[in-house]
Amino acid sequence: MDAILFLIFAAIAVACAINLVVQKHPITSALSLVGVMGALAVIYLLLGAEFIAAAQLIVYAGAIMVLFVFVIMLLNAGEEKKPARPSWFAKILGVPLVIAVLGLLNFFVQHGSPDSTITFGEYTGTAKDVGRALFTTYLLPFEITSVLILVAILGAVVLARKEMD
Amino acid sequence: MGLNGLIGPVPLSWYLMLSAILFTLGVAGFLLRKNLITVFMSIELMLNAVNLTFVAFSRHYKQVDGQIFTFFVMVVAAAEAAVGLAIILTVFKNRSTLLVDDVDSLRL
Repeated sequence: MDAILFLIFAAIAVACAINLVVQKHPITSALSLVGVMGALAVIYLLLGAEFIAAAQLIVYAGAIMVLFVFVIMLLNAGEEKKPARPSWFAKILGVPLVIAVLGLLNFFVQHGSPDSTITFGEYTGTAKDVGRALFTTYLLPFEITSVLILVAILGAVVLARKEMD
Repeated sequence: MGLNGLIGPVPLSWYLMLSAILFTLGVAGFLLRKNLITVFMSIELMLNAVNLTFVAFSRHYKQVDGQIFTFFVMVVAAAEAAVGLAIILTVFKNRSTLLVDDVDSLRL
């Protein structure tokens, strides 16, 4: 059952990712990225990472992608006018090289990764454990993160504001 | 693996393969697309692929640290998206274009 669910949602994720790369219009790419993130959230659930699955949906699919769609609509970004014309070098070597890289990755993953299988529901890494680790071992990075977000807010406001004078 | 493998638990290498495929697609989008926003979305796709590796290894080693790392990657991605999109807004305000080919000089 696990493997079937994994294959279904992996297929959805890969199909949406291909759609992201292929589509001409940015808004279609953004919606494909939402599809990838939703499928990945289900796969996180299969891995027993409940907190990360919820955060994936809320932070990525919710907040970040709304920001993307908002900017696309604000800038009225349409289809790319100039068709992308890759050079002959990229045309001849690009696709074989991508397949070669994937094949190499596949080889190393199959032969180098520790041999183990992952079953749904037998994991102890629940939200409780994540929260405990976050507020004990990783307390200092967590606090620094809040400063980072404050800096990011200030930076975004300063960069995007209208000139007053 | 046969039909029996389809019903049983999922090997760790499948997760790593999915992550590798998503990362490669992200790189392809980053290199092929000409729109600044689509290029930026490809970067987010690559971050997601790496997150999947973190969570898969966190599950494999029965350690919660991988999930914590994923959490921090998400926070940094949120900050990066806010600042990056503000930069894209400013670029569009100054140049009236979103094509990466037209934004190739540092001079205003």
